[in-house]
This record gives sequence, structure tokens and C-alpha cells, in this order.
Amino acid sequence: MKKILLNRDFILFSIILIILIAVGFANPLFVTPKSISDVLTDTSILIILALSQMIVILIRAIDLSVASNLALSGMLISLLSTVHPELPVYYFIALSCVIGTILGVLNGISIAILKVPFIVTTLGTLSIYRGLIYFVSDGKQVYSNEFSEDFLALIHVKFLSLSFLFWLAVLVFIVIYILLNHTRFGRNLYSLGGNPDAAKYIGINENKYIIMAYSLSGFFAGLCGYLWVARYSVASTQIAIGFELTVISACVVGGISVMGGVGTVLGCVLGALLIGLIRNALPAVDISQFWQLAISGAIILLAIIINTKTEQRKEKTIMVEN
Amino acid sequence: MSIIPDKPPFKLLDILYKKEFILFVVLISILIINSNISPYFLDLYNLIDSTFLFSEKAIIALTMTFVIIARQIDLSVASIIAVSSVVLGYTTSLGYDTWLVLLLTLLSGALCGAFNGAIITKFAIPSIIVTIGTMSLFRGLAYSFLEDSYYNKFPKLVGKLGGGYLYGYIPYAFLTFILLAFVFAFILHKTSVGKKIYSIGNNPDAAQYTGIAVDKYTFVLFTLNGLFSAIAAIFLSGRLSSVRPNIAFGWELEIITMVVLGGVYIYGGSGSILGVVISIFILGMLSFGLGLLNVPGVGIIIFTGLLLILSIGFPSFVRTLRRKNE
Repeated sequence: MKKILLNRDFILFSIILIILIAVGFANPLFVTPKSISDVLTDTSILIILALSQMIVILIRAIDLSVASNLALSGMLISLLSTVHPELPVYYFIALSCVIGTILGVLNGISIAILKVPFIVTTLGTLSIYRGLIYFVSDGKQVYSNEFSEDFLALIHVKFLSLSFLFWLAVLVFIVIYILLNHTRFGRNLYSLGGNPDAAKYIGINENKYIIMAYSLSGFFAGLCGYLWVARYSVASTQIAIGFELTVISACVVGGISVMGGVGTVLGCVLGALLIGLIRNALPAVDISQFWQLAISGAIILLAIIINTKTEQRKEKTIMVEN
Repeated sequence: MSIIPDKPPFKLLDILYKKEFILFVVLISILIINSNISPYFLDLYNLIDSTFLFSEKAIIALTMTFVIIARQIDLSVASIIAVSSVVLGYTTSLGYDTWLVLLLTLLSGALCGAFNGAIITKFAIPSIIVTIGTMSLFRGLAYSFLEDSYYNKFPKLVGKLGGGYLYGYIPYAFLTFILLAFVFAFILHKTSVGKKIYSIGNNPDAAQYTGIAVDKYTFVLFTLNGLFSAIAAIFLSGRLSSVRPNIAFGWELEIITMVVLGGVYIYGGSGSILGVVISIFILGMLSFGLGLLNVPGVGIIIFTGLLLILSIGFPSFVRTLRRKNE
């Protein structure tokens, strides 16, 4: 019982519940099923991106280019849809994923083969991908009336009164859960992050895993490119600017260690939910939107400090037992 | 018995293999290409005015070089500029004396930097993650204080510093950068402090065992980085003569690009001020030249990103190929 109470994911879940109850007291409208389902829909893209970022963080890297990748893939398919509105929506989704994957593979090649450190690579591609959006779009926006109906309709499909976006996030959660916990790929990722040298000695091809992790991150960024554009029915050079930091904070809050090899899929989702909840709850309790950035910054710092404290305590206990 | 010299003997040919030399060749070729393409490039006034485009970033790049050589990174500098600029505008609006306004502005930057340094050293957390957090926190504080308004009144001195020239020729911001560059080159390359910073970057644990107060150095470097962001904030606010919370947005990446392109290894332990100064001129002249050609800012962003990746990727790729051939 004590083990459950001290479990990170359980603590995180309790914090989410406490916030939900507290905000509910201040503003009962916030805890109606309709409003909660809106929060879930609003957080779905963050959940998907946090899960794919987790794969990269597990091997001691970070992908800072996800938001630019998302925006570039989204812009490319939007431009195509204005020229060929007759194409089915599945075609656009697949294309967006392919573009995202290619951009992710380029990151992976730069890191694994050209040996450019991941911070430098993804900082570079963050600018390059963002810059390319201006190039392909001439700085113009694609507005909602320029998309085909089919393009925008899918996102509004509901099942059990929960949105398509939410169910997609659930699907991605299940896929990544199985991938990380029940496949050799997942176990190798954890061991690469936990101890890269040992992993290499037992024959894990580091370069292959780096490229695969970044292509997965790119794939989901591409998928979210479609989701973002369809949800907000606009594609512009500015979409999702700075969102990579929100994604990374969701992972950090969810207990994914930036030192690699530590973190659970469930924790990652809870981290994203907590961030999403706070973003949505601030207006409900009359806190100005201008405070949002400062509050998320403070939460990230707090979460990292708590994470490191507990990790360091664990190390100490191991030493005592010896 | 052979004598082992303290220093390897000086050979002229060795200069050719230095990173700084390669960077210098790149800079010269950019200057030549630019002056061939546009007749306006080699105009002295134009060249002098082009330094306004990069001097403020360059000032922070100096301390950032120290931070990166010591195996740390600071992503919060642009947000510290936002905080310091808001402090500058607010204290002016309260009617304080100029010296007090400047003092409080510098203090605010140093405090933000010290906050970074304290969390990084006290809790032993990687600086990249801490400064991702403070990047939001500091920028958020500027937003929550200023909301959607702005400051446009500053002491006269600040306006003069930001947009003025010494003797009508040399911009104050550029002059400050050049003077500081000499000071920093001296500290890094000629003093024991510099040697210690290199050894911290090469191996922090070993440095700790040899008696270097690694945490103290880290803390001071981050505080210094905050202080220099505040100096840049004074020049920038004076030049723009208006401060909004989104001031200097995205600058942290440009500053890190300056440092890394200058041959400073992102995982610490090597690099020189000379290399960083040359790379600052490369980037400055590049964006100035492309600007004259009416290439939009986006083209420059893409080019900078490519330059950053290729400048590191190409040499290491050649090294790998060579190793395979052997």
C-alpha cells in the first residue's frame, strides 16, 4: 500500500485530481463533463507529442524541432489541399506523416552519422524547418474557407461524446505503451539511455536506434501537423511556435529523466494532462492569460527539482544497503 | 636524453589547420562575394551601421562562450533581456535617477542569472533543463508585469548608448563589444581562471578533485551571463526605444549559434574567443549582405541553421571517412 502511495504516477494523478476539485469549487462550470471533454480534446496533441518526445528523451537526447516539423508538414498538406481539394483526407494524413518522418530522419542522420550533437542539430533544424514554411507559403496563410470540407470534417467526428482527437491520443498511448514495454525495441531504448556503453557492448546498434527514435518523433510531429491545421482550421508560418518547450515540460513533469533511461508512458501522459489542465484552468479561475507562461515555467522548475530530489534519495539508499 | 619542450615548436603550416583560420577564410570570402554582388556593401557608413544588427547579441555571446566551455548552456538569456528591459522601463517610469535605473537594471539581470546558477549547482540538475524552465519563467514574469502595454520612455543616456556613436563614427554598443572581447580573451587565454574553466569543461569531476570550486565557478558564470544580458538589454531598449515583453524573442538560439559556429565545442572544454569573434562577424556580414540583396530574414534563418549543422557535421564526417580508409 505504501508503495502505491509513493508511486510517482499516483502522486501526479492525485495532484491532477486536487487541482480539478479546487478549480471546481472556484468555478463549478469547469468540472462539467462537457468542459472536461474539451480539456481532453485540447490536450490530445500535447499528449501525442509528449509520448513521441519521450522516446527521444529516453536515449538521452531531445528533439527541439518538433514544433517546426509539425508546422512545416501542416503547411505543405494545407497548400496541397487548396490545389487538390478532391483528394480524400486519409491521403493528406498519410502524406503529413511521411513528410514528418523524412524531416525526423534528417535529424537522425545528422546526429548519428554526421555526429553533430543533438542540441546543435535540432536547434539548427528548428530554424531551417520554420524558415522553409515561409519559403513554400510565401509568408501567406491558408484560411479555413480554403480547406475542403472533407479535410476539416474528420476532426469533428465524435465517439461516445469524446472527440476524434482524444481517441487518437488514446490509440497512440496504447501503441507506444506496447512499443516501450513489450518489445525488444523498447527495452533496448531504455538500456541505451540507462547506460550507453554497456548497451553498445551487448551489441545494440546505437546509430540505428538514434535514427529510429528521431524518425518516430518526426512521424508523430507530422501526424500532429495535420491534426493542428485541421483543428484550428488555419495554416500559417506562426503555428505552434515555441510548442516544443511545452512538450518537453510535459515530459519533465511526467517524470521522464533527461539523464536518459528513466520514465513511464503513463507518467508522460499524466504530465501532459497536468500541463493541459493548468493551461485550461487559469482562465476559469480568472487568472490573466499573461500569467500562463510564468506559471508553466515555475511548474517545470518545481517538477525537475522534485524529480532530482527523489532520484538522488534513491541513489543514497542503495549506497547505505551496500 | 631528449628534451620535451613545454610548447610544441611554432610552425607556419599549423596555422592552416586551425579552426580560426578556416573561419577567417570564410569571413574574407563572404566580404569579397558581398562587395562584388552589391556596390553598397563596401560603404564605410553602411558597414559601421551594420554592427547595430549584432552588437547586443555579440556581448552576450562572450559570456555564453565561457558558459559553454564550462560544459553548461543557458537558454534563458533572451528572457533575462525581457526582464531587465521591463525593470529599465518601470524604474524610469517611477522617476528614479539615471544611475539608479541602470544599477537596478543590471542587478535584475544578475539576479536572474544567479537564480539559474543556484538551482543548477544546489540541486545538481542539467543546465539545459533548468534554463528551459527559467526561459518560460522569466519571459512569463515580463508578460505578467507588462501584459499588452509597453514602455517607451527611458533615461536620455540609454537612448544615446543604444543608438549613438562615439566621435560620430563608432557605435557605443560595438565599442563595448570590442573592448569586452579583449578583456574576455585575456581572462580565458592568459589567466588561471581561464585554465580552470577549460579544465571544468573537460572533466568536471577531475577538476573538482584537483581543488577547483566547480560549483562556485558555475554559479559565477551564470550570474555573469545574466549581468551581460542586462547590459545587452540596456543597449537594445535604447536602440528600439520601446519595450514589449516579446523583446529579443528567439535570441538565445542566435547567440548559441554564434558561439558554436566559432568552434566552441558544445560539450565543453575547447574553443577560443577569437573564433567566436570571427563567427560573429561572419554571421553579421552574412545577414547584412543578404539584406542588401533583398533576401528576406527567413532566407537568413535557413542559411544560419544549415551553416550551424554543416560547420560541425562536415569536419566530423571527413574524420570518420578518413578513419575508415585507414
